[in-house]
Amino acid sequence: MTVPPRRARPRRATIVQGLVIALCVAILAGCHSGAPRAWRLTDVRGHLPDLRFRLLDGAGRTVTAQQFRGENVLLYFGYTHCPDACPLTMTHLHQVMVDLGPLATRVRIRFISVDPARDTPPVVQQYAAAFDPRAVGLTGDMTEIESLAKRYRVAFKRGPDLPGGGYEVTHSSAIYVFDTRGRARLIASPADTDADIAHDLRTLIGTEGSG
Amino acid sequence: MKRGIGKRPVVVLLGAVLLGGTMLGAAAGAAGAAAGPARAGAILVSHAWIRVLPGDLPAAGYARLENRGDESMALVGARSGTYRRIMLHESLLSGGMSEMKRVSHLTIPAHARAALSPGGYHLMLMDAVRPVKPGDRVPLTLVFAGGSTEKVTFLAMPANASAGP
Ligand SMILES: [Cu+2]
Repeated sequence: MTVPPRRARPRRATIVQGLVIALCVAILAGCHSGAPRAWRLTDVRGHLPDLRFRLLDGAGRTVTAQQFRGENVLLYFGYTHCPDACPLTMTHLHQVMVDLGPLATRVRIRFISVDPARDTPPVVQQYAAAFDPRAVGLTGDMTEIESLAKRYRVAFKRGPDLPGGGYEVTHSSAIYVFDTRGRARLIASPADTDADIAHDLRTLIGTEGSG
Repeated sequence: MKRGIGKRPVVVLLGAVLLGGTMLGAAAGAAGAAAGPARAGAILVSHAWIRVLPGDLPAAGYARLENRGDESMALVGARSGTYRRIMLHESLLSGGMSEMKRVSHLTIPAHARAALSPGGYHLMLMDAVRPVKPGDRVPLTLVFAGGSTEKVTFLAMPANASAGP
């Protein structure tokens, strides 16, 4: 049995961890005023641009991010022909909304298709709503989706044709949290627990208006 | 900070997948080479369910598999009168990317368990001949290497079901 050359990987992971720790220390050191907020997710404030898009809602109407200011947003990129991984994350986000109780009305799940060729407005809206009654599915122009994805460093790639038709899309699994002013605040991964995501959303809602 | 720490399980997982893949290959060979028809009766299937998605979108099938026999078994796929196309798939999460790929088999070693579960191995159920709604009971025939089969009733559940029956 051939042993894969695995030594190189942990070393890279260690370097990445080192960099991340250094970054965290730098952020904490720079935070003189008041106690640093204890986020459980990755704090990306100031590192990503504000939410901006021009997409189609379930009725095929053009909608922009500006129309939705005033709501905290949980943004996730996926495709409706994904019956396993995307549903797992969408169910996870629905669970977060349940955890939030009445505060859930101040948060909105937005599912953006990375497969606009197949994801028509009604299909993507039905898909999103199947997980959470208030979730919104958005699709649109491939070039618009590509530029949106690029702004948030979301990668996606169409896979080869499947026997009998169809294809899969490999895509970033990150969940982006934007505040009511459309500022990128946090990034969660599917591995983060419902409790951790709900915790940070509560903190975010609790600090609204304080800047 | 979490993301940095998160890298480690990915590396471990990747190693496990590479190693597992090699072992799976060997196990499949063993199952295929077994004298006479493999006995699917040794496989106990439970908690079989389908995550139903709207319209004619593909669905996912999940179940727990327990091999009570002395021989390793390999699930290679499934057949159903309800879905025209069924594929054995695996979802992988690595380097922040979510990927779903087709796999040839899932090994259930002798006296061990394996699972088709959300975020891992699953049956990709495509082209339903009629709409499947939550609450429906859908018969599927699991097919194992060597040609043995096992009829299982899967319970259709809503898209946002977090666990099976
Ligand atoms: Cu699949």
